[in-house]
Amino acid sequence: MAEFRLPANSVVKQGKHFKADTTSPNMRVFKIYRWSPDEGENPRTDTYEVDMDKCGPMVLDALIKIKNEIDPTLTFRRSCREGICGSCSMNIDGSNTLACTKPIDECKGDVKVYPLPHMPVVKDLVPDLTNFYAQYASIKPWIETQTPPPPDKERLQSKEDREKLDGLYECILCACCSTSCPSYWWNSDKYLGPAALLQSYRWIVDSRDEATGERLDELEDPFKLYRCHTIMNCAKACPKGLNPAKAITEIKKLIVERRGG
Amino acid sequence: MKFRTPISLAKGLGSAKEGAHHWWMQRLTALALVPLSLWFAFSVARMAGAGFEEMHEWISNPWVAAFLALFFIVSYYHGAIGVQVVLEDYISSEGTRMVFIIITKFALALLGAASLMAVIRIAATG
Repeated sequence: MAEFRLPANSVVKQGKHFKADTTSPNMRVFKIYRWSPDEGENPRTDTYEVDMDKCGPMVLDALIKIKNEIDPTLTFRRSCREGICGSCSMNIDGSNTLACTKPIDECKGDVKVYPLPHMPVVKDLVPDLTNFYAQYASIKPWIETQTPPPPDKERLQSKEDREKLDGLYECILCACCSTSCPSYWWNSDKYLGPAALLQSYRWIVDSRDEATGERLDELEDPFKLYRCHTIMNCAKACPKGLNPAKAITEIKKLIVERRGG
Repeated sequence: MKFRTPISLAKGLGSAKEGAHHWWMQRLTALALVPLSLWFAFSVARMAGAGFEEMHEWISNPWVAAFLALFFIVSYYHGAIGVQVVLEDYISSEGTRMVFIIITKFALALLGAASLMAVIRIAATG
């Protein structure tokens, strides 16, 4: 069944409070989800006080400051710190987003930081994205053609056809959309989720690809595709401003189109 | 211990190669139900306070009977495929899900048949 309550061993408890020994007037409180597989205990939220006068503007800046100066055991993924690698996706102030592009100023009250929802947790803010990546691989995210490439140049594409990829190619696979989707929460074993479906549409709509029909065949399935009920959490969460729900609707329209209504 | 690769698990049993018909019929029946339910609601409201004879006479009109029959067929069908979506969303165990979907379809088919029979009987004997 769909899970509406956390299992007993996942209930989040109150954790440690790391008080700052400073009198700075510009303090912010961060409440961060902590869980380690080695401790055999329930997850907890630890509270950290951070001096904003000595911290960068983004949530990732605060996380790095906490790890460097307050609690080196805090675990999270990060790399590019400019919203292009997709590593630091997490649930901040109730929404999935990238810690590196989320200003602390935009968070109300205590800054609550959790891992991406409804995913197995590896440690602290690090979710297990194995299935997410496997689903991405399953849609064959590469060009498929029968025609061999021209020996002396690239495969050509008109400007109009290239423009069809705008709003699709920018996806950084951070998983903010898929893990904000209730359909993905309940059926992620079979439903491909907004990220993989947007990527699939990116190849379906690519004028150079010659496997459009096969791609649609693979997607036409009550679970792989039709679990999408256009809830739109994906578009709301996407830190790159993309609209996976629209891409999914376009896939559904193409499947109706080829059967003639 | 599951010795299955993540890709093999993600691909699962593959695509059912269907679902479009279900999805499209949900939209088409929804579209058809806009005028049908408006007609039904207004007609029933207009008949408020009518006695048995009046209702009987109203349903015996062939057009009314036709629209009523259409309304019942479309709404029960729309209901059945709609509830199926909810069950697919929220029940992850294959067996339980299938049992509930079959019960829903049988129950709504029975209700639909009973409603249709009622309309046909009044229209035919009117």
